[in-house]
Amino acid sequence: MRFLNIIFLLFFLLNLTSVKGEEQDRINNITKNLRCLICQGQSVYDSDSEFANSIKILVENKIEEGLSEKQIYNYFKKKYGDWILYDPGINKNTYILWILPLLIFLIGGAIIYKKLIKKI
Amino acid sequence: MKNKILPFSVIIIFGIIFFIFYKSLQNSNIYTPDKNISSDIPSTNFKDFYSNIIFNSLNFFQGDKVYLLNIWSSWCIPCRQEHNFLMSLKEKKEIILIGINYKDNKKNAENFLKELGNPYDKIFIDNNGTISIEWGAFGVPESYLISNNKIIKKYIGPLNQQYVDEINLLIK
Repeated sequence: MRFLNIIFLLFFLLNLTSVKGEEQDRINNITKNLRCLICQGQSVYDSDSEFANSIKILVENKIEEGLSEKQIYNYFKKKYGDWILYDPGINKNTYILWILPLLIFLIGGAIIYKKLIKKI
Repeated sequence: MKNKILPFSVIIIFGIIFFIFYKSLQNSNIYTPDKNISSDIPSTNFKDFYSNIIFNSLNFFQGDKVYLLNIWSSWCIPCRQEHNFLMSLKEKKEIILIGINYKDNKKNAENFLKELGNPYDKIFIDNNGTISIEWGAFGVPESYLISNNKIIKKYIGPLNQQYVDEINLLIK
């Protein structure tokens, strides 16, 4: 019986650490996508500034409150604007960035296709 | 006709790329936060500096009053610079000064206020910096002018005479 109890306790502890580890992974993933606004070229994850450390705690709190990754990004976007996100969505400032490569790819493809057709 | 399409489209593509790069050359790479904002105050739980009683920001701020919420700390040198301006604002009856003590040691904060004077009508504690982040702060010092439960102006960095004049003009 005692042996069983020890096994049960061990199983419980291992499970607990893996849950904690998963949460830390989520925090890391989110903070890697957030820009440290007072640092030069660092993400919140990389930085050890007061600003970044506070954001790390807040991200942890928000995860504990049950917010999804997207909701957390939206929360920070509302507070600090698009600049805080490393992966901004399409809006009037970024649409050229998203559309231009596609446009160049299509036009380039069309040119190559035409040349190939000519050769055949 | 067919032969003309290729050079024409190449010129157009290069023209577009040149235009984008030329336009972005004129933009500043330095990030400047938007200071003229008009957003609702966030819902945060404040802990009183002296009594440790917890207040919710939405219940605490009254719509008919004007507040200046100032984030400060005893270890922050620019906070010392702006302190005289806060003391001058204290004399104005139209504005209520709220202090948020950012990541500070209570004893040091008390000494700071004893040394330079206490301009605040109410002080709250932000031990881990999360309250300041909820308010959209970048660091200390930072001040927010609040009216009708909205943040109408954000002052990043220490207050100066120009900012104080502007606040005086806005609260009239």
